Amino acid sequence: MTLDTLPLLALLAPLTAAVLIPVVGRHENLRESVTLIAAGSMVLMVLAMLPEILEGGRISITLLPLLPGGDLALRADAFGMIFALTASVLWLLNSVYSIGYMRALREHDQTRFFFCFAIAITAAMGIAFSANLVTLFVFYEILTLITYPLVVHVGTPEAMQAGRKYLAYLLGGGICLLAATVVTYTLTGTTEFIPGGFLAAGSGTALSLQVLFILFMAGFVKAAWMPFHAWLPAAMVAPTPVSAFLHAVAVVTAGVFGVVRVAGWVYGTDLMAALGLGTVLAIIASFTIITASLFALAEDNLKRRLAYSTVSQLSYILLGVSMLSTAGITGAMVHIPFHAFLKITLFFGAGAIIVGTGREAISDMRGIGQKMPVTAVMFAAAAAGICGLPPFCALFSKVFLSLGAVQAGELILLGVIIASSVLNVAYFFPIIYTMLIARPSDERTLDGIREAPLFMLIPIILTVIASIAFFFSPGMPFLDLSGIALAEINGGVLP
Amino acid sequence: MNAVIAQLPVLILVVPIVGALLILLAGKVNRNFSYPVTLATISFQFAASLILLSAVMTGGTIHYYLGGWPPPMGIELVLDAFNSFVLVVILAMALLTAVWARQGAALDIPPEKTVPFFVVFQLLVTGLCGMTITGDIFNLYVFVEITSIAAYVLVASGRGARSLIAGFNYLVLGSIAAGFIVLGIGYLYVATGTLNMGELAAMLPASYGLATVHAAFLFLMIGFSIKVAFFPLHLWLPDAYTESPAVVTILIATATSKVTAYAMIRVIFSVFTPQYITESFPVTEVILIIAAIAIIAGAVLAIAQDNLKRMLAYSSISQMGYIMFAIGIANQIALEGGLLHIMAHAVMKGCLFMVAGMIIYRTGITGIHQMSGLSRTMPLTCAAFALAGASMIGIPPTIGFMSKYYLVLGAVEAGQYLAAAVLLIGSLLAAVYIWRVIEIMYFGDHHEGALHSGPEAPLSMLVPVLILAASCLLLGLFVDIPLEIIGPAVTLLLGGS
Repeated sequence: MTLDTLPLLALLAPLTAAVLIPVVGRHENLRESVTLIAAGSMVLMVLAMLPEILEGGRISITLLPLLPGGDLALRADAFGMIFALTASVLWLLNSVYSIGYMRALREHDQTRFFFCFAIAITAAMGIAFSANLVTLFVFYEILTLITYPLVVHVGTPEAMQAGRKYLAYLLGGGICLLAATVVTYTLTGTTEFIPGGFLAAGSGTALSLQVLFILFMAGFVKAAWMPFHAWLPAAMVAPTPVSAFLHAVAVVTAGVFGVVRVAGWVYGTDLMAALGLGTVLAIIASFTIITASLFALAEDNLKRRLAYSTVSQLSYILLGVSMLSTAGITGAMVHIPFHAFLKITLFFGAGAIIVGTGREAISDMRGIGQKMPVTAVMFAAAAAGICGLPPFCALFSKVFLSLGAVQAGELILLGVIIASSVLNVAYFFPIIYTMLIARPSDERTLDGIREAPLFMLIPIILTVIASIAFFFSPGMPFLDLSGIALAEINGGVLP
Repeated sequence: MNAVIAQLPVLILVVPIVGALLILLAGKVNRNFSYPVTLATISFQFAASLILLSAVMTGGTIHYYLGGWPPPMGIELVLDAFNSFVLVVILAMALLTAVWARQGAALDIPPEKTVPFFVVFQLLVTGLCGMTITGDIFNLYVFVEITSIAAYVLVASGRGARSLIAGFNYLVLGSIAAGFIVLGIGYLYVATGTLNMGELAAMLPASYGLATVHAAFLFLMIGFSIKVAFFPLHLWLPDAYTESPAVVTILIATATSKVTAYAMIRVIFSVFTPQYITESFPVTEVILIIAAIAIIAGAVLAIAQDNLKRMLAYSSISQMGYIMFAIGIANQIALEGGLLHIMAHAVMKGCLFMVAGMIIYRTGITGIHQMSGLSRTMPLTCAAFALAGASMIGIPPTIGFMSKYYLVLGAVEAGQYLAAAVLLIGSLLAAVYIWRVIEIMYFGDHHEGALHSGPEAPLSMLVPVLILAASCLLLGLFVDIPLEIIGPAVTLLLGGS
C-alpha cells in the first residue's frame, strides 16, 4: 500500500460500508459495526496522510479520465486535509451518536439511514480531496442528492415540503456550479486547482470574471449565505444526527470549503482584490452574520435557533476570505474545523434533550439541567465556545478574523465581528440560563426525565474535550495546516 | 470465416427477415416456439453489430454493394463509426427489450396474438437496422416505411380501444411525414440525378443555390421532425407511448426514436453538409430555438402528468430536444454530446419504461399518485428507477450528466450562453418530474394492504432493468470508451477526415 492510494482508500472505506450495510441490514449490531469500522479506518487513513501533508507534500491520484476540463482526480493538500480531518473524525463520533439516537427513538428505516450516511461521507471526502472543479462538482451533486433521504427521513408532509425546498436550493445551486465550471474551462482550458489561482486578469473581461464569481457563489449555496439560506432551517425537520451532519460534518462545510477553494485556488487573492470581489463577499457575509443572528434571537425552537447560528457562523468564514489578507484567510480556514467541533456538540446536545425529554422549544427546557447535567453542561460549554470565550478553540478563529479586519484596514468588518459576538451571547446565554439556572413553574414536569444513553453522551464529551484541546494546541494540526495552505497560495508568506 | 464477416452487412438484414418467417412457422407448430426464435435472431443481430463495429474501428468505413452492383446502379450499405455505433446501441436495446418481453409481452398481448406480435416486432428491428446502415436515400425511405408500418401495428396491438386510436393517430401523422420525406427525396433526385448519399453529398454543393434543394431540405426536415416527434410536431407521441403495450413502448422509445434521430442527423450532415446548414441555408439558429422550446415545453408538460408512462413520453419530447440542440450548435463538442445523448437517452429511458411496465405487471398501477410506498414492494425496481432517474436529471457521474456536460460545453464554446442556460434549466425541470415519482415511491404513506407480497418481478424482467440501471452509472464513469467511437464519428460528420 503506497501513500498515493490513501485518498482513494479514504473514500473507499465508507463506500464499501455503503455496499455492505443493505446486505447485512437485518442484523442491527453487524450493520452498526460496519459503519463504525468504516468510520474508524477512514480516520486512520486520513491520519496516515497527515505527516506527509504537514511536511508540505501533496498526495495525488487520478482515477478516471472523465471529461474535457477535468479527470476524476483526487489530491490531498493542506487545505483539503483541514476538511477531511474534520469530516472523518466528526463522522466517527456522529456515527456513535446516531446509533444511540436512532435506537433510543426506535426510528424506522435505519438501514436506509446508515446507507445514505455512508455515501454522504464518501462524497464529503471526495469534495475535500478533489483536485479540480469537475471532481468537486461531481461529489458536490452526489452529496446533495444522497442527503435528501436523510433530511426527509420522518416522511411527514412537513418533512417532504422541507425536502423539496432543500433540493430546489441545492440542485439549483449545483446547476450554477456546473455553469461556472464550464465557463471556467472555456476561458482557461483547465479546471485544476492551482495554489494562487489559474484565472488571470486576461482570461476574460473584468465583468465576465465578476459574473463568474457570482455564479460560483450561487453554486456554493451550501454555504447558506443570505438570502439563500432558507433550506437550512427548513432541513431541521431531519433527525438530529442528520442535522449534525449537515451543520458540522459535511454539507455546509462543503459550501464554505468550496468558496475558499475557488478564492484561493481558482481566482487567487490578487485577482479577487483587483476585481473588487472581496468587497462583494464582505457585503454578503456581513449582512448574513448580522441578520442571521437577529433571526436566531427570535427563534424559540432550539434546533432552528442553532440553524440560524450556523448560517451566521458560516459567514464568518466568508468574511475571512473577503479580507484577502493572511490573517483573514487563516481565520476563515481554521474556523471551518473549530466551528464544526463546537456546533456538532450543540446539535448532539439538542438531540440528547429530544431523546431525554421530547422537548424542542427552548421555553420548555427550564430546569432540565437538573436531570440531564452532563448534556446541559456540555451544551453550555460549546455555546460559550461559539461565542468566542476561552478556553475553546473558536477564540482563535475570531482573533485571526479581527486581526485580518485590522490588517485590511476595514474597521467596519471589525465592527461586524464585535456586534455579532454580542448577538451570539444574546441568543446563547438565555438557553444556558434556562437549562441550568431557571426553575420550572412546576417541578413535577421534570419527573421521569433521564440523562441520554451513553452512546450519545460519549461523543458529546469527546467533542468538547477536542475543542478545549485545540485551544491549548491550536497549531496542531489545524493552524499548521492552514499555514501551509496559505504559504501555497501566497507563494511562501507564513502568518 | 472472413468471407462470412465480409457478408455481415447484408446478413444483419437478411437473417432477421428470414427469422421473421421462421417465427411465424415456429408459431404455427407451437405458440411458445416463436419467442425463442425471436430472441435467437436478435441475439445474432447484436453479435453481428459488435463484430461490424470492431471491424469499422480497426479497418475504417465499410462499403457493401448489394448484389455486387456499385452505385449509382445498385444499392450501397455503408458502415462508418457513427452508424455502427448507433447499430450496436439499438440492437443492445432491442435485445434487452426482447428478454424483457419473455414475460412482459403477456401483459398486453393476448396469447393468441403472440405469434404475429413477435413477427412484427422482428420486422421493426430489421427495419431499424436497414435505416441505420443503408447508404442510399431512397432505400432509407423504404426502411423508414417498413419500420413505421411495423410500429403502427405494434402500437395498435394493445388490448384496449385507446391503443387502436393511438395507433391510428400515429399512422395518420406518420404517413404525412412519409409523404414529406419522399417528396424531399424526389426533389433531391431532380436536382442531382442520384439517390446514393455519398454521390448526393458530392453533387449537391453545386446546386446549393437552387430553390429545389432548399425545398428538398425543408421537406426532409419536416418529415423527420414528425417522425422523431420534434416539438411542436410531437402530437402523436404521448398517446402512442402511453397506450401501446409496455414492450412496444420500450422498443419505440429507445430504438425507433434513436434511429430516426440518427437518420435525420445523417441527412443533415452527410447528404447535406455543415456548410449548407450554416452558410447556404442558415437554419441552425432556428433549430436551436425550437430545440430550446422543446426542452422546456416537454419538461413542463411532463411535470403536469400523473400517468407514469405519459410523463415519460413527454420527457422523451424534452430529451429529443437535447439531441436537436446538438444539431443547432453544430460544433464538435456539442455533437459529441448529442451522439452520446442518443445512447444515454436510450439506456435511461429504456430502463424507466421497463420500470413503468413492471409496476403495471406487478400491481396494475399506472398513476404516479398511487405509487406511494412502492419501494417496499419492489425495492430493486424502484432503485433502478432512482438511478436511471438521476441520470435523466443529469446527476454526476451518470451517463446523462456526461452528455449534458458536453452539450453545455459545446454551447458555451459557441458563445450560446442563453442556450446553455436553457439546457441547465431543462435539467432542473427534469429533477421536478423525476423526483416527484421518487419521493412518492420512497417516502409516501405505506398502505401495505393494497400491495401483495412475493417476488417483485420475474428475473427475465428484473435482469434487463438492472443491466440498464447499472449502465447509467458505468457508462458515465467509463465515458471515454463510447467517446473513442463518437469522437471520430463526429469528425466525420463535420467533414473532417
